[in-house]
Amino acid sequence: MSAIILLVVGLVAMALGYFLYSKFIAEKIFRLDPDFRTPAHEFEDGVDYVPTNRFVLWGHHFTSVAGAAPIVGPAIAVIWGWLPAFLWVVFGTIFFAGVHDSGAIWASVRNKAKSIGALTGDVVGTRARSLFMIVIFLVLLMVNAVFAVVISGLMMNFSTAVVPVWGAILVALVIGQLIYRRILSLPVVSVLGVIALYALIFIGPSVPLQMPAEIAGMSGNAVWILLLFGYAAVASLLPVWVLLQPRDYINGLQLFVGLLVLYGAIVFLNPNMVAPMFNSNVPAGTPSLLPLLFVTIACGAISGFHGLVSSGTTSKQLNKEPDARFVGYFGAVGEGMLALAAILVATAGFASLADWQAMYTGFGQGGVNAFVQGGAYIIHNGLGLPEVTAATLLTVMAALFAGTTMDTGLRLQRYIFQEWGTIYNLKWMTKPAPATLLAVGSCLLLAFGAGGAGGTGGMLIWPLFGTTNQLLAGLTLLVITVILMRLKRPLWYTLVPLCFLLVMTVLALLTQLRGFYEAGNYFLLILGSVILIAAILVSLECGAALKRQRQEIANQGK
Amino acid sequence: MHDDRDSGHDPLERIRAWLSQARFFAEEVYSSRYRGAIARARRDEDDLFMLLVFSEMMGVPNPAAYYTLELQPLLLERFHDWHRRMGMEHSPLDHFRCC
Repeated sequence: MSAIILLVVGLVAMALGYFLYSKFIAEKIFRLDPDFRTPAHEFEDGVDYVPTNRFVLWGHHFTSVAGAAPIVGPAIAVIWGWLPAFLWVVFGTIFFAGVHDSGAIWASVRNKAKSIGALTGDVVGTRARSLFMIVIFLVLLMVNAVFAVVISGLMMNFSTAVVPVWGAILVALVIGQLIYRRILSLPVVSVLGVIALYALIFIGPSVPLQMPAEIAGMSGNAVWILLLFGYAAVASLLPVWVLLQPRDYINGLQLFVGLLVLYGAIVFLNPNMVAPMFNSNVPAGTPSLLPLLFVTIACGAISGFHGLVSSGTTSKQLNKEPDARFVGYFGAVGEGMLALAAILVATAGFASLADWQAMYTGFGQGGVNAFVQGGAYIIHNGLGLPEVTAATLLTVMAALFAGTTMDTGLRLQRYIFQEWGTIYNLKWMTKPAPATLLAVGSCLLLAFGAGGAGGTGGMLIWPLFGTTNQLLAGLTLLVITVILMRLKRPLWYTLVPLCFLLVMTVLALLTQLRGFYEAGNYFLLILGSVILIAAILVSLECGAALKRQRQEIANQGK
Repeated sequence: MHDDRDSGHDPLERIRAWLSQARFFAEEVYSSRYRGAIARARRDEDDLFMLLVFSEMMGVPNPAAYYTLELQPLLLERFHDWHRRMGMEHSPLDHFRCC
């Protein structure tokens, strides 16, 4: 089957989702009101609350939520064949992610732009709020550990990308200075920055840097992981304008260029789907599709992380309430498009089925490597770029996404430690440097604890990251559902996704725990149990909150 | 936003208008995500500066008082917001009350 057919079907379905389903949700369920005075106007202060043009806000929202996760997840999940991943991404985007993301913005905007964490405390209860903090911490912990493992793998496998990936940091530092000191105007800097980045990508293949397989008794992967955390710790402590801001900006541009190149190459080449529709011949040790598919692909179908962005910064800048539909729902559609591209290149970017099977030799194999190799094959044959340059381009794209997520994640984790320091009156923990060290330490523990001294097996925790991320999404959906219940509006559109997520998450955790137990991996067994307990508590909170709310409404009726 | 009343006729004008639009969007995208963080960092620096300028009046010796005295009238407008932000309901200065 031609990949273009799948591409068109996916895009049309998501477009219908946006034009029909999101319109229904926005008008009939959330009842977005153009006359409602949003917090951006009510509390306008030029700092946090600033009414922002909806296209700009969409760009901000989309680039904040899009990262390496919608690439890695789908590229792992195609091991069960392309159809299950395709269906979950398309339907997940339409019925889960879009409603979740725009709902989080709406709930926040209607409550003085409070974050979902604070709203959980207000709407559900203080116990749920503590639970929320723990789940956020676990998500960040896993994001950082997983992405360090992903980048180190990329650095080991694609040595041509080492120079451009680290050179991009230099480019960002220079851009930051040029803009902060107002030496050049932003459009000029943007053009120069993109040229510099792509020049590095073209230079990369002629200066490959290979980390030795072993340094001082440590594997090359482990050395990369340590280097990455060293970098992320420094980056997260620097003022944001020095590195984070220009890096995110360059990344945003790179995201649009990358998406265009990938989609363009697929259209020009018109490759066939090499991988099977359903893979009945999965490698030994691959867990069953149901329920694991629904946690392997989190971002790209539904992700709790988006709720944090929606209610953290987006809701404070929303100009008019109906913009929540465009920014939130269409932001989710953008993420779905990235995931769709990942599915297509990881299943159609191979010359033969044998090549594809050689990549997917076990669960957790393939992944981002399949994305880079498959994408390079398609770009090379579709647009005529040398294969090694195309591979470098995609490696840089994936590594930069994962990198920015890491330094933002580490920064957020540090804030949590600092907050705990304040709550429990531990003076030393409220300081940035010790809190960062604690954050880095916990991530390293996970990266090496899960994968052994080599740090290579860290991809084992990918589905755990998905489960925790879905728990977070579940809590956000719960908040939205309770608010809808209070307003006496239909609940099904958020309640069904909520129940589905909770059931799949708990089932997936049980499957994984059995796997860890059988493999004798007690570190992950303990971590998984912690998440299972959190999942059960979240489910109980959901039941209790909804029951309480129903009773309140019944009492009012008397 | 820019003013594009005359931009329809002259192609050069039109390009200029388009460029200024592009610049507006680029700058908004660049700053919108970190506006809060940067404004807060700047405000923290300003707050420290305020403390230095008004320290002598609150009984904290300041060797640069001779110079900061000149700045006081310039910063008075921001004084009220500052003491509120520092957690003081009313002006901390005896001889000078802004509220």
